[in-house]
Amino acid sequence: MKKTLFDKVWDSHVVSSVENGPDILYIDKHLIHEVTSPQAFSVLEEKEIPLFRPNQIVATADHNVPTENQHLPIQDALSRKQVTQLSKNCDKYGVTLYGLGHPYQGIVHVIGPELGVTQPGMTMVCGDSHTSTHGAFGTIAFGIGTSQVAQVFASQCVLVAKPKSMRVTVSGNLHPSVQPKDIILYVISKLGTDSGTGHFVEFAGTAFEQMSMEGRMTVCNMSIEMGARGGMIAPDQTTFDYVSGREFAPKDEALKQKIAYWKTLPTDEGAAFDSEHHFDAADIRPMITYGTNPGMGIKIGETIPTSDDASFIKSLNYMGLKAGSNLLHMPISHVFIGSCTNSRIEDFRAAANYVTGKQKSPDVSALIVPGSQQVAKQIVAEGLDKVFESAGFMLRQPGCSACLAMNDDKIPAGAYCVSTSNRNFEGRQGQGARTLLASPVTAAAAAVAGKIVDVSQQ
Amino acid sequence: MEKFQILESAMVPLTIENVDTDQIIPARFLKATDRKGFGENLFRDWRFTNDNQPKKDFILHDTQYSGAILVAGNNFGCGSSREHAAWALADYGFRVVVSSFFADIFKGNALNNGILPIQVSPQELQEVFTAIESNPSIQAKVDLETQQFRIDESGIIISFEINAYKKMCMLNGYDDIDYLLSQKEAITAFEQNRS
Repeated sequence: MKKTLFDKVWDSHVVSSVENGPDILYIDKHLIHEVTSPQAFSVLEEKEIPLFRPNQIVATADHNVPTENQHLPIQDALSRKQVTQLSKNCDKYGVTLYGLGHPYQGIVHVIGPELGVTQPGMTMVCGDSHTSTHGAFGTIAFGIGTSQVAQVFASQCVLVAKPKSMRVTVSGNLHPSVQPKDIILYVISKLGTDSGTGHFVEFAGTAFEQMSMEGRMTVCNMSIEMGARGGMIAPDQTTFDYVSGREFAPKDEALKQKIAYWKTLPTDEGAAFDSEHHFDAADIRPMITYGTNPGMGIKIGETIPTSDDASFIKSLNYMGLKAGSNLLHMPISHVFIGSCTNSRIEDFRAAANYVTGKQKSPDVSALIVPGSQQVAKQIVAEGLDKVFESAGFMLRQPGCSACLAMNDDKIPAGAYCVSTSNRNFEGRQGQGARTLLASPVTAAAAAVAGKIVDVSQQ
Repeated sequence: MEKFQILESAMVPLTIENVDTDQIIPARFLKATDRKGFGENLFRDWRFTNDNQPKKDFILHDTQYSGAILVAGNNFGCGSSREHAAWALADYGFRVVVSSFFADIFKGNALNNGILPIQVSPQELQEVFTAIESNPSIQAKVDLETQQFRIDESGIIISFEINAYKKMCMLNGYDDIDYLLSQKEAITAFEQNRS
């Protein structure tokens, strides 16, 4: 039988199936962080059961951490307590922790791939919806709730019904100004935020085949924003080259054997998907969102659509925007380049490339937040820190930062922020904050101009 | 987990679509290390101003509406995987959420916390909203065994789907973790076979 990439990886991880119920799916790697794990550790305590496979877990602190003065104790008492609790739990149960101060610390979905923990053909989970990021490697990776985190602690498995499959193909010639973020924002704007619900999505076609691993991670990261459990891209030479040589990747003969196996994973010619969508890459241009869900996106320069739907009107009211108007040249006051969507070295190279020789607008506060200590180190090694600092950007220390208003980095009420993060929900970046999702280049350009600009026209 | 069999209750209508889990419980309230007390901050920024004053026009402040059933617009629970959203709804007193569509992770989290997500058609959802509008204290009856959602006063009878395994768990108050622990031998054998 012809199988999809998703089928191959899923089927090889099914321990057994519950009659008329879900599959028991074996999990190769479990990533944890400070926010969604404490109550799961408590379940182990309450039930007096051991942690089944501590060696398959990697922990880091990312959501709550400040992005300044990380050598000092965390000032916010509740955040400090949660981060301390993670350290205690990891100590007690023998889990590897890359906490604050460790050279491998960073956003969980940035460190997994860069350390070679993430590998093709694996199953991975984390108590975080953006676990879909790791699908860029041809991995089945999805977000779970805390009850399921406890289940994986106890059994290294989750009970989950096999999702349906969807393929999104984007082929053709991309305009040179288009970034991976623009492609996924375009796809979500066309299909909607609930289009992928109940599905795993495979992204196929030349647009993804020619993309770097960093770009593929940006795309798969946002598959949850179309409602999908996860996204996947077939592993190929780009994937193997990225994985090879990383700290926890297989080496030498073991690597050769793995690569031979990974090459068997791509979807068989003629395998069937439950649904398929095709897009012409040439139609895509730099994108920006205008509303309060990631599906409310347009090409920069297009006008905001009109609708009499109450939820749509509520959304535009929150954003302070008018249907039928245009975002081009609209002043903005904040820029955030970071988050698990766009905080890898390639994102900062792209932003720095745009910023070189330019100055940030005096009216804009612009944050650059690397996804990990390794990315931060690389920024310095390549001299990008000097580019950003001389242009007036603030370069911070790694963490989730202004993506979710859980740490000190927040956008003020009413302010417009061009953000490379993944969600423009009401209050996501701070109470009353107004988020405009875009690529790192569009964000950098907005910081320089002090307003929204169309980089495809420059 | 608490058992769920039959529930009779009035309903709270929340007609907004695409309610994401950041609205259900904003991230700044996720700093707890236990599961208690999240109901206080349920829909925090829709319920209260930035100075913690009640926003009087929000549905939870409307004393006409009460009960353990939340009826919500399409695509409820999208966004973040935070189970705190389910904890907040349960802590506030909701045991059932009715919508025409649920996001996957939220649906799983709800079921793992004794909250029954009932998916109805868009037309049925509209009928339920209309029934509540005509009589804010109208009673609904949810019977999990027969998989029925009824509003007798309006003649609404809706059969809903639920996975047979999850139904058994809800009816008996079983947790997935207990089932998985009972499968340890099979899991260990699976590990040995693949290495």
